Amino acid sequence: MVVKVYGSIRAACPQRVLACLLEFGVDFELINVDLDSNEHKQPEFLQKQPFGQVPVIEDGDFRLFESRAIMRYYARKYADRNPKLYGTTLDEKALVDQWLEVEAHHFNDMVYTIVLQKLVIPKMGGKPDLALVQNCEKKLEKVFDIYEQQLSKNRYLAGDCFTLADLSHLPGIRYLINEAELGHMVKEKKNVNSWWCDISNRVAWKKVMQLME
Amino acid sequence: MALKLHGLVGSNATFRSMVALIEKDLDFEFVPVDFASREHKTPQFLARNPFGQVPAFEDGDLKLFESRAITKYVAEVYANKGTNLTFSDPKKLAIQTVWMEVEGQKFDPASAKLVWELALKPIFGQKTDDAVVAEFEGKLAQVLDVYENRLTESKYLGGDIFTLADLHHLPNIHYLMGTKVKSLFHARPHVGAWCDDILSRPAWLKVVDLLPK
Repeated sequence: MVVKVYGSIRAACPQRVLACLLEFGVDFELINVDLDSNEHKQPEFLQKQPFGQVPVIEDGDFRLFESRAIMRYYARKYADRNPKLYGTTLDEKALVDQWLEVEAHHFNDMVYTIVLQKLVIPKMGGKPDLALVQNCEKKLEKVFDIYEQQLSKNRYLAGDCFTLADLSHLPGIRYLINEAELGHMVKEKKNVNSWWCDISNRVAWKKVMQLME
Repeated sequence: MALKLHGLVGSNATFRSMVALIEKDLDFEFVPVDFASREHKTPQFLARNPFGQVPAFEDGDLKLFESRAITKYVAEVYANKGTNLTFSDPKKLAIQTVWMEVEGQKFDPASAKLVWELALKPIFGQKTDDAVVAEFEGKLAQVLDVYENRLTESKYLGGDIFTLADLHHLPNIHYLMGTKVKSLFHARPHVGAWCDDILSRPAWLKVVDLLPK
């Protein structure tokens, strides 16, 4: 039985889940949720996800939402497969969780605001708050400074192996480089740039990119 | 002492990690960080938390930051000590993780802003921004509506026992109960009862006891 993933291939959070499933070779069926027609706010969808957001997964009759919860479930379920996305020891897992929290709270908040202001609001005919965007960009530079330092000591954020902590960044950094045209933030930093080149060239992520086309 | 928590009395994030350590009956040393002298921005402290924030945690050689990574580590590594704070069944743990993500991604952004405006700004002699309060009360109300529904089908947010999914809420709820926002919680019967329950836990009362009277 394949895992059903409800979401749009163009949305960051479903991309995070798909990349994870592809890393483990888990078969899935992507069921499009039409964000433009507000399908995600209709009662039928709210039954699946009470906040009206994507993604949702249905694995048989088991349902989950929140992309980082979904990733963690599968990383535990397939702990015997490679890659070891949650580390191999409890200490390693703790570091994965730490950098996942960094991604969720320090990195994602900034990217989300930038994308909202620079892309979504103009598309809806509104006026972006450029001061807010500038503020977010400054904060994001500081986050990348910290990543630069961390990646000078380790090949990946949580240590020597690719984990959920790195994977979780893929959709957001893709947005920054493409639609938000802030690729310089990544390219100007030697270690961050090498890390991005490495993780964005993974087979699983390239498959997600192919699905986007 | 092997376990050390570096933090600030009164800081939501510090208290979040601290209550988990107390629930687990763990011996730990609390190391106060001197914000007045900007200790949190010194190179020594930045080596513990590159974001210059509290808390930071040590267990022997393992060093961690991000309060929710610390609680997860403690709950799992010391599973056999004190209160059980996490499910071991994979599907129950996955559901618990969903609601931990909801706290971090939805509840915290809405509630932390209100804690700052209504509970902390007055202490620092700053003026509350009523427009911001109105905006975030609206956001919090939406989250609490989802919680009300969830708590009609589940005794605690993460499942039928108290887990990290509930614990992570304690600091922000505690502060908001001292403000007009408490009415948002008590207007919803299941949410109100759940708050009363978790706020009265002995471990949390020990944490609250540390606050200046």
